[in-house]
Amino acid sequence: MTVRLLYFASFRESAGRDEELRELPDGTRVGELWARLAREIAPFRGFREMPPAAVNREHASAETLLADGDEVTFLPPVAGG
Amino acid sequence: MHLTSEPIDVAAFFRDVRPSDGGVCLFVGVVRNESGGRETTGIDYEAYGPMAEREIDAILREVSERWPAARLTVRHRVGSLRVGEASVAVLATAPHRGDAFAACREAIDRIKVSVPIWKKEKYADGGSEWVDPTRQKV
Repeated sequence: MTVRLLYFASFRESAGRDEELRELPDGTRVGELWARLAREIAPFRGFREMPPAAVNREHASAETLLADGDEVTFLPPVAGG
Repeated sequence: MHLTSEPIDVAAFFRDVRPSDGGVCLFVGVVRNESGGRETTGIDYEAYGPMAEREIDAILREVSERWPAARLTVRHRVGSLRVGEASVAVLATAPHRGDAFAACREAIDRIKVSVPIWKKEKYADGGSEWVDPTRQKV
């Protein structure tokens, strides 16, 4: 399956891109995707826990199952206003 | 649409005031000239737009349930702002001021902690940094 990964703010700068299409094995969970990214993107390794995540613009947990075509985002700490 | 890349027109907010509104509470967040003792020249705002719109909708729904007499309008800037520019505005109107103050306060407090909008402070010394509330002393 293929998911669309979006990167914002400090995560966008760490990844060096704002989005990508990524092939994943069927049955991949959000937490497993984060673990893959943390192996590839050095600054992500500093996180002890997975940052907040969203799938299709709704909050998701590490256990959330991904499906083909999902839009997935890990959210840097928020400070709007 | 709550997010905008255009300057926030605060005066236009008053067109939303109803004849039954006796209290109008307007909060405007403005870009400051310093942060943690460091002189700032501006802030870049970046949003996960579609999710931010949904999150603000959800906040307004919940605040309206808690303060049913109040009606709320929110605008949040994205893009590059200079010191003195309005970054966010929340208007709460209600028949009486108590509901207007309470709904306005709750809406802005919640917007600042849970909506996927990020800010990068730009400093007078040429540096810049993403604001990370988990790393800052409050």
